[in-house]
Parts: sequence; C-alpha cells; structure tokens
Amino acid sequence: MNVELKNIHKHFGKVHANKGINLNIPSGTIQGILGENGAGKSTLMKILSGFIQADSGSEIILDGKSVTIDSPADAIHHGVGMLHQDPLDFPPMKVLDNFILGRFTGGLFPNRKEATQDFNLLAKEFDFSFDPESYVDSLTVGERQQLEIMRLLWLGARVLILDEPTTGISASQKSKLFSTLKKLPEQAMTIIFVSHKLEDVESLCDQVAVLQAGELVGEMKPPFNTSKLVEMMFGKVVTLGERQPVLTNETMLELKNVSLEDVRLKIKNVDLNLCAGEVIGLAGMEGSGQGMFIRACAGLVRPVGGRVKLKGQDLTGKSYHAYKNAGVNFLPAARLEEGLVPGLSLTDHFVLAEQPKGIFIDRVAGQKLAEDRIKSFNIRGTPLSMVESLSGGNQQRAELALLQDPLSLVLLEHPTRGLDIESVIYIWSKLKERCRQGASIIFISSDLEEILQYSDRVLVFFSGKVSPPIDAATTSVEQLGQLIGGKGWPEKGGSHA
Amino acid sequence: MLKGRLSGFVFQLLAFVLALVFVSLILIAAKASPMEAYKNMITGSVGSMRKFAEVLVTFVPLLLVTAGLLITFSAGLWNIGVEGQIVLGAIGTAWVFRQFVDSTLPAGLIITLAILGGMAFGALWASFAGALKTFGGVNEIFGGLGLNFVSTALTLYLIFGPWKREGVASMSGTEPFPDHFSLPQLPDLRISLWALGIALVGVVIVYFILQGTYFGLKLKAVGKNFRAAYLLGIPTWQYSMYSFLICGALAGAAGAIQVAAVYHRLIPSISSGYGYLGLMVAMLINYQAIWAIPVALFFAALNIGSIQLPIVMKLDSSLAGVLQGVLVLFVLLMEGVRQKFVKKA
Repeated sequence: MNVELKNIHKHFGKVHANKGINLNIPSGTIQGILGENGAGKSTLMKILSGFIQADSGSEIILDGKSVTIDSPADAIHHGVGMLHQDPLDFPPMKVLDNFILGRFTGGLFPNRKEATQDFNLLAKEFDFSFDPESYVDSLTVGERQQLEIMRLLWLGARVLILDEPTTGISASQKSKLFSTLKKLPEQAMTIIFVSHKLEDVESLCDQVAVLQAGELVGEMKPPFNTSKLVEMMFGKVVTLGERQPVLTNETMLELKNVSLEDVRLKIKNVDLNLCAGEVIGLAGMEGSGQGMFIRACAGLVRPVGGRVKLKGQDLTGKSYHAYKNAGVNFLPAARLEEGLVPGLSLTDHFVLAEQPKGIFIDRVAGQKLAEDRIKSFNIRGTPLSMVESLSGGNQQRAELALLQDPLSLVLLEHPTRGLDIESVIYIWSKLKERCRQGASIIFISSDLEEILQYSDRVLVFFSGKVSPPIDAATTSVEQLGQLIGGKGWPEKGGSHA
Repeated sequence: MLKGRLSGFVFQLLAFVLALVFVSLILIAAKASPMEAYKNMITGSVGSMRKFAEVLVTFVPLLLVTAGLLITFSAGLWNIGVEGQIVLGAIGTAWVFRQFVDSTLPAGLIITLAILGGMAFGALWASFAGALKTFGGVNEIFGGLGLNFVSTALTLYLIFGPWKREGVASMSGTEPFPDHFSLPQLPDLRISLWALGIALVGVVIVYFILQGTYFGLKLKAVGKNFRAAYLLGIPTWQYSMYSFLICGALAGAAGAIQVAAVYHRLIPSISSGYGYLGLMVAMLINYQAIWAIPVALFFAALNIGSIQLPIVMKLDSSLAGVLQGVLVLFVLLMEGVRQKFVKKA
C-alpha cells in the first residue's frame, strides 16, 4: 500500500509536536523513521494509526485516496496496523483469544475452528511456532510481537508500523523478526520501522526519514552514511558555555560490580567511582537502563549483584530511607506522579521534607520556611498554592527546594525537561551550588547538549549496556549520538573499569 | 479559591434539591404524597424529646464510625471492613463484661475497661485488613468485606455457642448484662450523655489529628500520593497500618457503646449497618471532618424519622436509606459536573 503523509501538523497545547511533515512511502518499501526522544516519531505514527488525530489541514493519503482515521479500529479498517513498543495484548488470555480479538465478524460466538486454521497457516508461513491454546503470559516479548504481527496481518493490515520493535527481544528473535519483515514487501506490504537503533535501521530499511524537533530534517537511501544520520538526528553542535568542574579526590559513591535486572533489561557488572563535587550525566534513549541505574543509586532498585558504597559506608540492599538518611536524594522525572503530592500545598511539602519531629504542626515556622524557600528558589506561587496548580518549571523548582541540607548525592531524572531556558540556567546554578558544597550529582537527560554542558563525565546506556565513563570535555554530540544509536560499542565484555 | 468554594456549595445545594426531587418522583410513582412523607419524617425525628433522643442514639455510633473512616480515607484507604470492626468492638466489650460479671470492682471502672476492650478488639480486627493489604497484597476492600462476613459468623457462633442464654439460645442475643454495667442514661430517655460525649470527643480528636498534627499531614501525603510520600521519607506502609488501627479503635468504640449503652447484650446484627452508613457520610462530606457532626446528625434523623412511615403511610422505612443513597449519588454526580464546568470556564 502506498502511504502519503501531507503537511501533518499536531499541537499538544503549546507544544508543536509535528510541524508540517511530508513523507511519501511507496508500496513495498521498508521505511525507517529515526529521531531522538521527543522528535515527534511517536506522534506521527499515532496519527497514522488512529490513536490521535492530526490538526486540521493535515492529510493522509492511502493508495491515492485521502482518508480520515479516527481510531485504531478505523486504521485497521483502512489497512494500517501498529505494533506497539510494549505489546498491547492480554497476558492472562490464550494465544488464540488474543488472535481473534479485534476482528468483528458478526455473530455472538467467534468461529474458533476457522480462526485456528488461519492461525496455523499464518504461523507456518512465517515459521513461527505457537500453541494457540497456550497463555500469552507464558510467551517472551519477541513471541508476543510475532503474535501481534500475525494478528494485524490477519485483520488485513497492508501497512505495518513497528515502534521500537527490537527493544527487549533476543538476537535470534531479532533476526527472525527481520527476515519476516523482509518477506512482507513482496506482497506489496509497506513497513514503517520506528527506531533509534542506527544499525537496525541500516540493515533493514530501503529508505530512512529523520525527524528532529517535530520536523522532517532529511531522508536517505542506502548506502547509509552513519555520521550524516547522527548529525541529522541530534542537530549541529552548538558552542558550549563555560564549564566549571568542581572536582575533589574524595570518593562519594562507589559501585563495585553492580548488576541490575528487570523484566526487559539486564545491566551487568558496572564499576564506578564518583568523586565529591562531580557531575555525571547519563545519556541514552529512554528505557536503555539509565532509569534503573539511577534508581539503584537511590536504593529504590535492589542490585542483583555487587556492592554500593556511599562515603565508604556499605548501603547495598538497604532501603531508600536508609540512603536518604545517608544523604542521598532522588528527584524523579514524573513530578506529579512521584515527586510531589497533588492536593498538598507548598508549605505542606516543605514541612514534610524537613522530617519534622513532635506532634503538632508549627504553622508559623512552616509559613516562614515556605516563604524563605519560595524566595530563594524563585518559585512563582504562594505558601498555600497547591503543587498541581504550579507550572512545570515551578514544580521543578519546588522539587529542588525539597532537597535536604546537607546532602551527599543528588540523583535527578530529566531535571530540566520541558522547561524554558531561563529555568534551566537557574536550576543548574542551584545544582552547581550543591556541588561546591561537596555534593555529587548524577542526572539523566535526553538533551545531549545539557549533558555535555553540565557533566564532568558521561555514561552512555544502550540496551542495558553501560559505556565506560567518557570525559565530557573531550567528547562530542556526534560521538555520544553514535553510542546512543548502538554504534562504536566493543563487541564483547561490556563492563568497564 | 473562594470562587471554587462558592461553586462547590452551589452544586451541593443543587444536588440536595435534585435528590429530593428524585425521591419525590419515586414516592409519587408509589402513589404516596412526598410532602406528607417528608413531614412525617421530620416529626418522627425531632417531633418530641423522646424521638430526638432516639436520633442521638443512632447519631453516636454513626459519628464515631465516620470519624474513624475520615482517618482511613485520608490515608487513601477504603476501609469497608469498618462494619466488622464495629462488631468486634461489641464482642470485645461483651467479653470484658463477662469477665467481671461477679466482680466487686466499681462499675465505672468495669465499663471503662469494657469500652477500651472494645476499642482494642476493633483495632485488632482492622489490623487484619491492614496486614492483608500491606503484606499480602489483598485490596482492603476485599479483605474488609471478607472479614465482615467472618465477624457476623463469629457473633452468631458466640450467641448460639459459648455465650448462649441459660436454657435455649435465641436470635435475641445473649443474656442481658446486669443493670450497673450500662452507661448512665438520661431519665426516661435512651440516650446516654457519656456515649454522646465519647462520640464528640472522638470526632474532635480526629479533626485535630487531620488539621493540626504532623501525623495527619503525613497521613494525607500517603493517601494522596503513596509513591511521592515514600520518596519524601515517610514510612508509608506503617502509616497505612496506623490509620487502620485508629479507625478500628473508633469503630470498636461504636460497637462498645451499642453493647454498653443501647442493647446491654450482644445481639446478632449489633453493627446495624452503621459502617456502611458511615462510608456514605464520609463520602458526602468529601472527607472534611468539620462537616461530620451535622451530616451524621441529619442521616441519623432520616433513619429515625422513617421508622413511623410504615404505620402512618404504609411506606417501607427503607425510604430513609433510599434518600441517603440518592443524596450521596447526586452529590458525587454534581461534583463531577462541577469539575467539568470549572475546567471549561
């Protein structure tokens, strides 16, 4: 199926997520879509698959016919199916039931016999092995993808969108997925492959489009020029401001052979020595392991192996509250979900963060504390303002104002995401002040310039692999971009000294 | 802020009117005069001193239960098990009384011990729901509901088993306790000022816990955002447990008063549905302790006022429950409407 996107615009409030994107994908093509987090890839794909609707004036043309797609069901009716990053299936149900779901053939009872036949036929065609009567929660992520692809094809998809499909699946499943995908264009299917993994895109796609900040900034056909792609994804390097490293020889945090695990990722044998006053930036596409890593440094994720020491004190396996007492504070990215308590005022927050002793609330002291903090952190709000009524930047400042004093280690997730430049500079000046007082900082950011500007060293994460610490002063956006995209990693032995 | 409060009040008034209209329509459909029904309910509740005393007898346990639920709601917990906690409070009090039937200790001391025993039993029962939630991952609604059934079974077992009356066990309950085991009542009226005092003290304490203490503030933080509260350094699951214990103790006190001041024995349905009614009151007042007294009094009046409906108008006395339920639903509904309205404006 021939897919043509014309002048696609999408606003979320003030955010302009897609800025007039034009893209033509001929029938039988495997189209790669590249871009960093927030570049607008997902928005574009959600528009094409009916999850959200584009602003008026945008046009989607399928096989020469202009269509409006109002819902995912509508999309599949038009032949567009999307495979999501996290499989949208029903784990407690049987494979066959998952397969049948979404297909409306009329009648009260699904025709299981016919469905089973179709299922087995499709599975045979792609060389997948499933027991239709087994349960989905017994499948691996890769198998669930295969199931979802079969389901979408059975529903009549002629365009298949895959969002980061190679995250969380094994190498053999990946090669199977790719060989499956390569078969489909022969049947005039169109594949749209969304990824940040340069290698995958380069080995699979017939053409690649790169998005940056909501705009289509370039297209390329094989042979691919990796460094050109990286440049298009991350933009040109801007000149950096003055860097002021505050380094000492005193070790603040020591990670020895730390291994972490969750359902999707395994991080193996990380060693790290963080000095007092040092800032380390964690780079990588979202979900590459940096979130788990920073939570392990906070005591929120228990390592499956190795030791964590803070100022020589062994904290391995202790709770977050023990870490907190030792001077570790963690500020999560989801401000209103994890960091602040909606429904409580700024005063309430500051009072709680002081770990108050005693029974009765000292309102006068609380009021004064709140006024002081609001002033010194330049928060636009009153002591009685509810945190959810503050703007994002002010919520972030409020979170910073909650940091304990004194502090040894500050862990921050996307400390400046979505903030205007003035807030960014202000927040970093406050953080650097902490460094001068002897605290160390580890922060996650998807903004490479922020990482280069404010870190002393950088760790890059890619699918659970952790790079050796890179000196921020001598690296470049280009080099980090390659690593983030999975290029330039040593073949074996991912751990470092 | 003021505008928000004002619009809140307007919408609640509207909800009240709509609830009355809705119930009136039901009454008209049942071929009864709404005006006459409401008039009967008013005279039935505040028409005489004796009737008003009955309202207060209902008000006391309802207020205690509501006060307890304000604590668990503040901690973000749906303590449906409150009904069983009342029952266990009654059982605890009855148990203490049985220990002292032949005692020569002063009656005041025995009654105090009995009420404290009831509170302890209620708190213990609540701690089961709390432990199931904290350590077993069982939602407190399911755990509480299950424990409610167990508490009913336990009462029946006691009444028909170990605590049965001399001769033959009966649904009318255990052997009444001696007269000096009951809280002093006003002459000719069933209400005990002591019971009323306990309930008022209970709700005032809850009000101050929630408004003026670090404990209350932490409890609210846990209820509003468990995760953020944990990151702020609050021991979250412990606070959930504390809230269960406090609520259980207050519900236990309600059960204790049912035994010590109303029934003077253990009867099968000693909790009389006050737990569920208390949930409705707490929802209706949007978890604001300051409104607990008037609204609980109003609900108690509805309950008592509808008692004479079957005799006077051949209407079922469950009309009070219909009105209470409809009122809560309309208030919740109008709150949803208000939020949409405010967002648009």
